[in-house]
Amino acid sequence: MTEQATHQLNTRRLLCPLPVIRTQEKIRELQPGDILEVTCTDPGALHDIPAWCRVHGHTVLGSRQDDLDIIITIRVEE
Amino acid sequence: MLATKVIMDQGIHVEGINFFTGFCVEGHTHAIRKKDKEKQKRNNSLWVAEQLGIKLHIIDISEDYKDIVLNPKHGYGQNLNPCLDCKIFMVNQAKAWAFMEENGFDFIITGEVIGQRPKSQRLETMPIIARESGAEDRLLRPLCAKHLPPTVPEREGWVDREKLFDFHGRNRKPQMALANELGIDEYSQPAGGCCFLTDEHYSRKLADLWDARGERRYEVDDIMLLKVGRHIRPANNFKVIISREEGENNFLSGYKREFTTIKCLSHPGPLALVDGNPSDSDLELAARLVARYGKARSADKATLQIEPKGGEGFVIEVAPYPAEEIPEEWYV
Repeated sequence: MTEQATHQLNTRRLLCPLPVIRTQEKIRELQPGDILEVTCTDPGALHDIPAWCRVHGHTVLGSRQDDLDIIITIRVEE
Repeated sequence: MLATKVIMDQGIHVEGINFFTGFCVEGHTHAIRKKDKEKQKRNNSLWVAEQLGIKLHIIDISEDYKDIVLNPKHGYGQNLNPCLDCKIFMVNQAKAWAFMEENGFDFIITGEVIGQRPKSQRLETMPIIARESGAEDRLLRPLCAKHLPPTVPEREGWVDREKLFDFHGRNRKPQMALANELGIDEYSQPAGGCCFLTDEHYSRKLADLWDARGERRYEVDDIMLLKVGRHIRPANNFKVIISREEGENNFLSGYKREFTTIKCLSHPGPLALVDGNPSDSDLELAARLVARYGKARSADKATLQIEPKGGEGFVIEVAPYPAEEIPEEWYV
């Protein structure tokens, strides 16, 4: 079960690596413990955003598909 | 990857920077075309960062990069690739990021090897890149450092110059041997083009866009669309972009508000965008071209829906354009 998102980011229509770049920019503004929900339409983001999170130490709480939308939930870490 | 590993093995903290110019081959075409969706979607720079256990910062330079593409001080390569200016710009951007107080890095490394690339990686271009980027002697090339004067990190003793390399030329066997020695058994394909500007066909489409507009400028959406579909220009005032498969159909449908669109109603067929300022007769011609690329190609008549940008949609009946009659010079 995923935690409740505290912040949202819409990256629909953007192709990778832009969803990763926007996620990176958004997380820079957030605090540890914040939960970010990123909505994308590029399936490549399902691989790239979790990979980016792994190298930066953030936690992917889950991902799901809602019609054409792919929603990735991230907990911001230190 | 190799240059980073060589420096990390000297106990130095390294983080990666990857730039998004808008012309990157990786990512977009894989994401758009359905047939490519089955392929591995790995982002190579992120994959390398994971293998090395380093952070990777992906930086969007697409806006500022326009000036590099439009006005390269050192000129273009074989196509519209401004490789030397590009390298200088990227090192400059890396320097600006790395030396910011909050990031606090002491020097920059690149994986350049003298002689590996005909335009940007030559003995005489190495000092030009260092000087014009402003990185000067804080730019270290670990793989060919022994062919170059010692840099600040070598002179200060932060890096042991003796443990750096003297690679040169296009032969990658020494790098492969070093990779093997360092336990790196998987790496991205060497010498693979990663920039659309080195592609002859893509460069031709970009040049055509500038010619038709009468000025050399572009937006990021323009350069994305050049990667997608068949581009057919019957006249200077308009161009038809016809999708080639379902993935491109979906991608082009995201531009419905910004362009006139054409879709065949009577037969299955592709979605098309019309770029420029077409007249009514131009739209009819465009509809005939779109019909030719769908199941209507052998029909006497086809019915198509045209949704002009910012105008009232209408239905038109046309005879599909015979394939053999489409002039070769219309294909961009």
